[in-house]
Amino acid sequence: MSDSHSIAPNTASAETAGPLKTADGKPLKVALARAQARSRRRAFLLVAPLLLFVVITFVVPIFQLLAQSVNDPSFSRAAPNMVEWFAQNPDAEPDEAAYAALVADLVEMKKNRTAADAGTRINYELSGSRSLFTSAARSADRMEAPFMEAMLDKDEKWGDPMLWQVMRGASTGFTINFYLAALDMTRDAEGNIIAAPEDRQIYVKLFIRTFVLSALIMLTTFILGFPVAHLLAVLPMRTSNLLMILVLLPFWTSLLVRTTAWIALLQREGVINSLLVSVGVIGEDGRLSMIYNQAGTVIAMTHILLPFMILPLYSVMRPIPPSYVRAARSLGATSFTAFWRVYFPQTVPGIAAGGLLVFILAVGYYITPALVGGASGQLISNLIAFHMNDSYNWSLASALAALLLFAVLVLYWLYDRMIGIDRMKLG
Amino acid sequence: MKKTLILTTALASMGLAASAQELTVMSWGGAYGVSQVEAYNKPFAAANGVTVNMVDADNPATPIKAMVEAGDYSADVFDIELSDAVRLCDEGLLEVIDHSALPDGVDGVPALDDFVAGSLVSECAVPNIVWSTVYAYDTTKFPNGGPTTAADFFDLDAFPGQRGLRKGAKANLELALMADGVPAAEVYDLLATDEGVARAFAKLDTIKGSVVWWEAGAQPPQLLADGEVVMSTAYNGRIFNAAVGEGKPFQIVWDGQIMDFDMFVIPRGNPDVALAMEYVAFATGSQPLADQAMYISYGPARLSSGPLVGLYQDGKTEMGPHMPTAADNLGNALVNDFEFWADRGTELEEMFNAWLAG
Amino acid sequence: MAKAGNDAAFVEFERVQKSYDGETLVVKDLNLSMPKGEFLTMLGPSGSGKTTCLMMLAGFETATHGAIRLNGKSINDIPPHKRGIGMVFQNYALFPHMSVAENLAFPLEVRNIGKSDREAKVKRALDMVQMGTFGSRRPAQLSGGQQQRVALARALVFEPELVLMDEPLGALDKQLREHMQFEITRLAHDLGITTVYVTHDQTEALTMSDRVAVFNDGVIQQLAPPDALYEAPVNSFVAQFIGENNKLPGKVEEIKDGRALVRLDSGELIDATPVNVDGVGSKTLVSIRPERVEFKPDLIPEGAHTIEAQVLESIYMGDSFRTRLRVAGSDNFIMKSRNASGQTRLSAGEKITIGWSPRDARALDPL
Repeated sequence: MSDSHSIAPNTASAETAGPLKTADGKPLKVALARAQARSRRRAFLLVAPLLLFVVITFVVPIFQLLAQSVNDPSFSRAAPNMVEWFAQNPDAEPDEAAYAALVADLVEMKKNRTAADAGTRINYELSGSRSLFTSAARSADRMEAPFMEAMLDKDEKWGDPMLWQVMRGASTGFTINFYLAALDMTRDAEGNIIAAPEDRQIYVKLFIRTFVLSALIMLTTFILGFPVAHLLAVLPMRTSNLLMILVLLPFWTSLLVRTTAWIALLQREGVINSLLVSVGVIGEDGRLSMIYNQAGTVIAMTHILLPFMILPLYSVMRPIPPSYVRAARSLGATSFTAFWRVYFPQTVPGIAAGGLLVFILAVGYYITPALVGGASGQLISNLIAFHMNDSYNWSLASALAALLLFAVLVLYWLYDRMIGIDRMKLG
Repeated sequence: MKKTLILTTALASMGLAASAQELTVMSWGGAYGVSQVEAYNKPFAAANGVTVNMVDADNPATPIKAMVEAGDYSADVFDIELSDAVRLCDEGLLEVIDHSALPDGVDGVPALDDFVAGSLVSECAVPNIVWSTVYAYDTTKFPNGGPTTAADFFDLDAFPGQRGLRKGAKANLELALMADGVPAAEVYDLLATDEGVARAFAKLDTIKGSVVWWEAGAQPPQLLADGEVVMSTAYNGRIFNAAVGEGKPFQIVWDGQIMDFDMFVIPRGNPDVALAMEYVAFATGSQPLADQAMYISYGPARLSSGPLVGLYQDGKTEMGPHMPTAADNLGNALVNDFEFWADRGTELEEMFNAWLAG
Repeated sequence: MAKAGNDAAFVEFERVQKSYDGETLVVKDLNLSMPKGEFLTMLGPSGSGKTTCLMMLAGFETATHGAIRLNGKSINDIPPHKRGIGMVFQNYALFPHMSVAENLAFPLEVRNIGKSDREAKVKRALDMVQMGTFGSRRPAQLSGGQQQRVALARALVFEPELVLMDEPLGALDKQLREHMQFEITRLAHDLGITTVYVTHDQTEALTMSDRVAVFNDGVIQQLAPPDALYEAPVNSFVAQFIGENNKLPGKVEEIKDGRALVRLDSGELIDATPVNVDGVGSKTLVSIRPERVEFKPDLIPEGAHTIEAQVLESIYMGDSFRTRLRVAGSDNFIMKSRNASGQTRLSAGEKITIGWSPRDARALDPL
């Protein structure tokens, strides 16, 4: 009580004193800005750890990835003399000086154990080059001028114009060749961009397959998830919470357990096939291939990604009062019209959010297609993993990943144009 | 740029560094991992008073590059394939191991002469076992006699049913050529030509529609046991364990086997390199190598271990005939050419992926 | 005016029952008949069954038993969209993704009414609720009162003969509510629409309706014009629920000439009109409106029994005084006296004698 009494006069005096300081009221703004700056600083401090975490673990790696996709210095670093020669002779055929530089670099490579590294870089674009470098490096310090002859004596492949073209490309470190490779393109001996040999074209096909399968998975999750989300939204809270646990169950099961379960269910000798055979729907020879192919990928990923569709849908459906549909019915709409014209449009932000979420997750999915996708259910991410783990061509992996990232960003952009990112409801 | 990568990877993965008296070995898991724990890790731990941990990976060679670049070692000793050992050594990612400092065999033969010929090719690695990619079939599916040759694997008429193959070019292309009648000695020369590659893929084409592709070594015995495939390529030790260890009706076809070595390596810059070296020297001694053969049918890489190999842990199965190196099994055997794969692997794997997706 | 029309039942509930769980009835044996053009309000506390009745009429709930007839035809099996009933919802239920005009056009579109016709009707309906310039707005851009008008216009735009309103003014502030009450009744009467209006606000019910059905416990307690409800409640619930009311519990001693002599539980004898009592000796609750209680001897009818009271407090209300009395052992007896010229204000502790015309004291059921 006494507090409020003592505050009242103070406020009053502040109000009357204000105009005395300045006529334009600026000090008030300054004071306000200062007060707000303090709370802004506090807010920033609160998010700073997360911001730092995101920058270090997400933003920086993405830039590294982008850098790596256009830069592989393993050749240029190991062959400084060649780099210099290529720089000085932009268009020339390799001459004696070039071979001298090559030998000098090979000698260094042997000393620094970088021959395999440099050779691997060239090997990315010209198969068989790795051993060319490692074996040449072994004997490089015994080579004598004229080097051109000596090298061609050692292996005539050293005269291959394609090899020199590739080395020229690699000498700058920076190159778009990995993006070319990621789009099934390559360069000929003159450096022109051409299509890759047909038996090595795979990435464009897999990009397309990835997007088509992801769209299909998005569609199946929508078809299966929409009625479930609707049911959850209209049931009493207690029942719907219980059902929600069932929906979320896939999240709580380890990926391997889920995948193993799918294998047990779907394989040729699995539960579903055996059931169908015993019921007589299919014959013993007609057992369905539902796993280790695209069907397996779609089924398993639909299951895994279903909650990502249901949750955003549920979050837009729950607050839609039943009176909207009732109003529509009372106004003369059939139940279908009421659903289609009144209920459905209100769920669009949820559908868009769920669809976007499922699609983007599906595009990047890797373990599930690897385990149940067989040959035809492989996605682009499996190839990225292949280049990370098996071929060690990280630059190509980065280029593929960057293209995937770019595609996803385009999707976001389209989403923002069509729906508006601010209307997204994720749950 | 590399430095920032190192920094961020280190921050992101903040693993606990192994302490001085602790050693971590990364290997392939399964029955093979068990054999190493029993034959190498336990005796080494007992003799030196240290803790030896075992971690599993689908391919232990995979993390080494990132590990060395990040300077963050989650394991000290790695069991990897010969081709990976050569490649990683070439790239300077492994410690050099002085082979002459390895202990002599029990029969007094110096280490340099004791290891199987052609296995001491990398100065960064010490061979440990000889293993082999073979194919095996389910005997219950072929009551009138099963396949016996590499060619039979591709004969869908005589031996109908799904096949299991590893999802990759390696070993499959060689098997395809051998099945097509190419002698083992000529396989890699032929595969170095475009015609040879085309011929191998053409052979694979004949069964492409009936193949279940596997990736992890544990899958083939499972696929056979589930009845998903009637025959599958596999690592011989896995099949041995399922057949002899678990009594599964699996039979190995040795014709067209592709032998390879597994090697112990130590990533460069590892702070525990001294202890790791000690471990490698101990584990690749005559007796431990012979001991591991008690648990799984991978041949010891030392000749002096041969006579020491005894019975399987069940106490009645003679291990000798189950080794890839047994005379009866070497009739038509190929030794994997690591150099060939180091050179052509990228291209062939790419072609394989394209072929698979086509 | 409303009553002037056709007296034949336009809306009819006959022996309607409704149960959700198969164990309890939310609506018990409801009979109701409405002539065309009537404005009928269903009034009652929440859970009394009034909204359920409205929903059954709209077609969103099905009657467990009994018949609901519209214009003489049973509509039990007719889906809501074929009933042609306009409805205004508690939260207005304006479609948020459509503009005001689109909202109004919706019922016309689903009836396949041509575009130009549609636009004319929409315009007319919006003008009718003074919202003519708001057609292109989204509902979210309107105030609560404006949304209310749009909802009303939408329910009327397809010219239904029956309009249902489910607590349509509940979300508005007092002033706006009073204004809208007037608007709604004006529109309903001007257009000659039959209206069923649900509310729990008795003021609303009394000011707007031709007749009010007071619901409690799934049963219509009384169906009567507002004045009759207030002046002549038929049972204690209605007397309690409508307006302010004093209740005195007692026992009927004698009934003679349409008068009852009631012995209060505290011993005093009072006069009352027997309305809902079983006879002599039965328990009763006597109900008296506060403004019918008199304390000036000259205003107490001759011959009526009087009763002693003590003033507990007297509140000045401007146009009246509100005096709380201790009467017959109860501290909650309210007397309301007009602030007439020269009126003296009673002070706390004062002892007075109060009385009333037996006509105004109604002996009702004992609850």
